[in-house]
This record gives sequence, structure tokens and C-alpha cells, in this order.
Amino acid sequence: MTKTHNPSTGYSRRDTLRMLAAGGAAGLLAPNLLGKPAFGQPTTPNGRIVVGVTQEPTVFNPLMPHIEVDDSVAFSVFDALFRIDPQGMIVPNLATEVPSLANGGISEDGLNWRVHLRDDVLWHDGTPFTAEDVKFTLELIVNPDFRAWRTTGHALVRDIEVVSPTEITWRMEQPFAPYLSFLTETFIVPQHILGAEANPNEAAFNQAPVGTGAFKWGQRQAGDNVELVANPGYHGEGPYIERLIFKYIPDMTVMYTQFRSGDIDIAGRAFITPDNYAEASNLPGRTVELVPAGSVESIYLNMEKPQFREKAVREALYYAIDRQAIVDILYYGVPRMTETFMPPQSWYYKDDLPEQSYDPDRARAILDEAGWLPGPDGIRAKDGMRLSFANSTTTGFHLREQAQQFIQQTLAEIGVEMTIENHPAAVMWAEFWQQSQFESVMVGITYLIAADPDVTSRFHTGAIVAQGGRGSNNAQYSNAEVDALLEEGTRTFDPEARKAIYHRVQEIIRDDLPFLPLFTNNTVYGRKAGIDGFQPNTNTRSEAWHAAGWYWS
Amino acid sequence: MIAFLMGRLAQSLILLVVVSIIGFIVLNLIPGGPMSQYALDPGMTQDDMARIAEQLGLNRPLWVQYLDWATRMVQGDWGTSFRDGSPVTAVIARHVPATLILMGSSTVIAVGIGTWIGVRGATHRYSSFDYAATIGAMIALSIPTFWFGLIGIYVFSLQLGWLPAGNMYTIGDGSLLNYLHHLIMPSIVLALVHIAIWSRFMRTATLDAISQEFVKTARAKGVSERRVIMKHVVGNALLPMITLAGVQLPSLLTGALVTETVFTWPGMGRLFLDSLGYSDYPVVMGLLMFSAVLTIAANLVADIVVALVDPRIRLA
Repeated sequence: MTKTHNPSTGYSRRDTLRMLAAGGAAGLLAPNLLGKPAFGQPTTPNGRIVVGVTQEPTVFNPLMPHIEVDDSVAFSVFDALFRIDPQGMIVPNLATEVPSLANGGISEDGLNWRVHLRDDVLWHDGTPFTAEDVKFTLELIVNPDFRAWRTTGHALVRDIEVVSPTEITWRMEQPFAPYLSFLTETFIVPQHILGAEANPNEAAFNQAPVGTGAFKWGQRQAGDNVELVANPGYHGEGPYIERLIFKYIPDMTVMYTQFRSGDIDIAGRAFITPDNYAEASNLPGRTVELVPAGSVESIYLNMEKPQFREKAVREALYYAIDRQAIVDILYYGVPRMTETFMPPQSWYYKDDLPEQSYDPDRARAILDEAGWLPGPDGIRAKDGMRLSFANSTTTGFHLREQAQQFIQQTLAEIGVEMTIENHPAAVMWAEFWQQSQFESVMVGITYLIAADPDVTSRFHTGAIVAQGGRGSNNAQYSNAEVDALLEEGTRTFDPEARKAIYHRVQEIIRDDLPFLPLFTNNTVYGRKAGIDGFQPNTNTRSEAWHAAGWYWS
Repeated sequence: MIAFLMGRLAQSLILLVVVSIIGFIVLNLIPGGPMSQYALDPGMTQDDMARIAEQLGLNRPLWVQYLDWATRMVQGDWGTSFRDGSPVTAVIARHVPATLILMGSSTVIAVGIGTWIGVRGATHRYSSFDYAATIGAMIALSIPTFWFGLIGIYVFSLQLGWLPAGNMYTIGDGSLLNYLHHLIMPSIVLALVHIAIWSRFMRTATLDAISQEFVKTARAKGVSERRVIMKHVVGNALLPMITLAGVQLPSLLTGALVTETVFTWPGMGRLFLDSLGYSDYPVVMGLLMFSAVLTIAANLVADIVVALVDPRIRLA
């Protein structure tokens, strides 16, 4: 994966990242990196594309708490300073180049940042975009009166200074390499509109946003659809379609039905269910493809539960899971195996980790050797503790429930008891999950934020909330070497150096097994065959991350 | 009449307060809450979650939250949706028309067809029509609405291609015909159960009326059978149905909940389910109060109408 050449540019990801590290050249190349050179696109926007989504977009201020589907609207209406492309490369958007140590945009100590901005960008209402808007946005996020979404990274920003309308500088409280990636998801909002609001939480802007993006706000039929219209003055590529519509269809089966019947042009998030993949692939006039998702499905263990403290137990459990059968039979062969939290499409993915195999005999041998011996009820025990634990997931998620039952059986064969205690989503992911009250969970987790390899919030000892930490290390995993590596990783700006760090992290975590990886998912994307310029980008949370490039052939 | 109204009004107010307290408690008893949707969000920290919860006022004691909500409610401020950021009244108002259209059309269908089946079943008692109607009603009552919906979509949309598989209109086509085309299937599916209920009650009511002395008198006077049925029997049989209609109104709303999901109809039923899913407390409470008021009002109106049309009843 890492060596695959990007057919549209001729550069491999390795090359491009080297160039990114080497300096400003990437900025010059960037316009070509987004999509193919113009070919077949209409000269004036025309036509309409309807994207079906199974959750309703309702939050249109991109800085406020929102879910994935809201990102699709944000990416279309707004711009961020940078964009992350399908190859995981960060390219300029509102900025003219990506700051790096080499081009002086980031100081040697990683503390001082300087960003140059485009001078040809207008807000949808015609007002010019300037560095003041960037300053306003970064300040609004950490304004205690504003109900902001995530503040990680932004909370480190100090002394924002507008040097000129096209230049802005700031200082970081501490070096934080992932911030560059975070800025690809930080959409810039207009100071001249939101700045004038007494209460930005309840501004009219939040219901009819004004951005700089390829599409302007059109109208919203609550509970049904959001309609965006082309911004012909867009500074970047496109848009080629006149109307972009996100149609809310509350049920995945119903959405697939409407994709089949042609009512929607693209089956967007949460996409086509795996069980419909084979049928969808054979639909005439539809393009259906598997796209790697960022999330990794696993049996996620609570490391503080006495059953899981011994590494031998975690290893044995892993050997007793028939992952191939789960993938092939329950998930219709759609997902792919993985041994790490890092998505396979990431540049930081380590592809030579030890591969698990389904080997119940070996599992039994490991447990025998560790002193876990079968008791009178057939369940293994050691020092009076039975090897028994509960596994939980969201009620009603049928594939997961079936996988649980399957794992329950194969674990029983090696003398381990797994009980199933599922809860509705609202219970499951509340205190039960956040405060590590579970024993084990079957869950798909996206470990990366904006495709940056930093996983401090997931694996650092200081991120264990149940022990007073800050983050989401719900497994309560703690390893001093990992802690040190993660800290080093956030201070390191050179991609090659970071790669070595995160490869080591993956090795250690594969060895420690705080979670038993089942697979990394593939999502089933479907669209009408006539749509061109569509590029999946798993480094973003949205299938519409670059709707500006879509057109009807 | 005035005294009656005042009494009912006082009753209703107490009822509303009780409903709101129970609703508020139950809603907050459900573990989870509005923050859990962000729990799996990469990069969302516990600090951020705690901050957002505080900004939403969720970390205050429950009774403080309730009193705050109730005080505002009395002043006409229904609060602000957590999910959407706009006022609850605006959120509900955006979803009311879709539900009203669906309820209205299915009520017309249910009352029209239900009355006809009921009357005909009663006048042709124990005929094959009567048996067929009885069995049909049993089937309609025992099979869930979503099943009818899915079968309808399979047959009429996917196989025959006659009717749209859902939605209120085709995007880009706002014509009346397009709306009506989309309305056919959901309103019939929603009406099915109500046709069944309405026809059973109507049959019984008609049978009651048919055996009355005034019917015999009318027949003895030589009034035509058609006129006897239309004027004397149906007219009287419809009286208890007004009360039924008042009681049935809320169940139309719940029926719409399911129908709106199957047919992706952007009404209040969908809004309720979605808001519950997101733990959008202000909207859920708003909808609860809205439907409580609607239920009370419908029953009140039904009582008044019965009194107005039936000179034998006086509201004291």
C-alpha cells in the first residue's frame, strides 16, 4: 500500500511526503494532487447530485459539536487552511503552502508557526477572506462561552498575530506535530458575521452558514434534505454540479432500496451494508467499490480487570478467535485482517507485524503453561479465579451480535467463558464505556485523528479517564515505553523519524494485545456510473470531502 | 358549558404537569445522554465532553434542570435543541406539516372506508362480505404497520414500479401531483389499522342503532330502506365514533412514527425517534408536551362536538 503510485500524479506517497518534509515544493505541486487534470468537466456548473445519508445533518456551524454526516456539509460549504488528500498528504487550501521546518513555516523547536494565505478568496457574501478570519476562528474555538467541538491542539495556541491580510503567526505552548493534521478539519468561519453576534451559539449563521467553499448554502427541509448550490466564484477546482443535495434516509435498508431504485445518486454514510455488497455490485448502471475505513474492529479489553492482567491470557484468547471465519461468513468477506490500530492506508502502517492464526491447541497450551487449568465446570481457573468475562456491544448491531456468539463458542472450546451483556447505544457508550466499567467490548474504533499517527489519547497512561487522566484510553492500557514514544512522536515533525516511532508503537501494542484485532473494515461505496471525479478519501470522515470535483460525464 | 370547560381545563393543566414531570424523569433516567454520541469520536477528550455538558447545563441537579425548563416553558420558551441549535418550537414547526398531511389523508381514507365497511357489514350481517371484513380487520390489526410498509414498497415500488419507495417528493420536482403520488402508499398503509378499528366499531354502533325503536318506526312509516340507513341508522351510529376519533388521534401520531420511518417521511414521528436517539432532551420534552396538549384538546373537542350534535347530551 505504501509503495503504490498515485496514478493521477505519478508520485508515490513516499515521494510526496519526502517532498513535504523537504520543503515548499509540495505547495507548488498541490493543485495537481487533487484529482485528475481537467478532462470532461463542464465549464459551467450543471446538474444535480443527491447523496443519501442515514443520519441527518443538523449542525452547520463546523466548529460546534457534530457528527460525521455534518462534516459532509462542512467540507462543501467551508474551507480549512489545509486539506488532506486521499494519499494522506497535507496540501494547501486557504493557505498557499503547508508550513514545515524546511520552509520555515514552523520553527526548529516546533513552537512558532507562520502561515501564508491566499489573497483571492471571497466569502459567499462577497466579503474578502483575510487572516483576521483565521485568527477569529482559532480564538472562537477556545472561547469559554462558545460551545466548541474538540479543542485538542487549539488549546495550545498562543499569541495569534495577524501580520498582514495574507499572513498569520502564532506560538504553540508546546511542540505538537499533529496540529497540522487537525487544521485540515478546522474550518474557517467568517469574522464579519459571527464576530458581530452576541451569542455565537445561537447565531442565525448556524442555520444558514456562509463559507468560502465550493458550494453555498441553499435550503434545508428539516428531516429530509439539505440543498447546497454551486459557488461559481470558488477559488479552487470546480464546482461542476449546480446542486449538491444531502438526502436523509433514516434506515440503511431503505437507503439501499432508494439507491437501487435510482432515487439517490450516491449511497453516502453509513453506506451499503456488507450483506448487500454482492447484489449491489451487479446492479446495472452503478459503480460499487470497497473503500478502506479508518476504524479497526476488535475485542477491546479492560486491562484493569484481573482476568486480563496476564499477557498469556490475552495471547491465548487471540489464538482462540477464528477471525477468517468471522470475516468470510459473517461479514461476507468485505473487511480485511489487520494486526494493528493503524489503518492499512496510512503511511505509518506497519505491514510486517506477527500474524495471528486460529490455533485452539496453542491457546490451550499457553493457558496450561500459565497455570490456568480446567476446573470441574470445564472453565479454566487459577488461584480461585475463573477465566470468565463479559463482552458487550451495542444492542441491535446484528453482525456484531453474531460475531460475539461465534467467539463465545470457540472460546468455550479452550475452557474460557465469555458471557454476552449488550446495551443500547446510549448506555453502551456513556459511563460504561467512558469510565471503563466494561470487562470487554466488541467495538470499531478510529484511532487516528485527521489521519495523524498520534495515538496519545488512546494509549498513553495519562489518557486513562477512569484513573483521572485526560483522553480516551478506555482499555486502561499502560506501558512506559509506549508513553515515551508517544510523547516523542508529538514533538517530532520529520515524517521519516515519526514513522520509526509509530512503527515501534505498533510492535509493542501488537505484543501487549490491549485489544484483540478482528479486522479493519471496508465500507461499500455506491454511486451512479455517470458520476465522475468521485474520490474516496479515508483520511477524512466524509465521502463528500471534495464534492467540488464531482460531475456527470 | 363554561363551568364544564373550566373544570376540564384545570384537569388538563394538572395532567400536563404530571406528564412533564414523569417525562423529564424517565428521559433523564435513561443512561447515556446527549454526550454519548461523541464518545467514539476520535480526538474528543473527556475534558471537551465535560465542558460541552456544562455548557448545555447538564451537570446541574435534575430538579434544577426541570424547574428551569418548566419556568421557561410557561413563559413560552420551549428551549433550544441540543442537536440542531434552533428553538424547539421552530424544530417542531418544521416537522408538523409533513405529519399533518399524512395524518389528514389517512384519516379521510380510514373514516371513509371504515364507515362504509362497518355499515355494510352491519346491514348485511353474517354475509360473506361481513365475514371477509371481519377476517380482513383481524389481519390488519395483528400485522405490524412496518411490515405492510415494506411489502408495499417491495410490490408497488421495486416490482411494479408504480409508486415511489418513500420520501415526500422527488427532489427537484415540487408539483402537487408529485406530492400526491408520494402520499398514496404511506397514507394507505397508515390508514389500514384505522380502517380495521373504525369498521369494527362502526359495525357495532350500526347494529345498536338498527335495533332501535325509531328505526322500526321509520320503516313502518314507509321510509325507503336507503334513507333509513343513511339518515337514521348511520347518523346515530356516528355519534359514539366522534369520541373514538378523539381517542384515536394520538394513536395516529404513534402510527405515523413507524410509517414515517419506513417511508422516510420527514414528520414528527421521525423527529421524535431521532431526538430520542440523540438524547435531544429539549425536543423530546417539547414533542411530549405537544402531543399531550393535542391529546387533551382532541378529547375535549370530541366531547364538545358530541354535545353539540346530540341534543340529548348536555355538558354541565
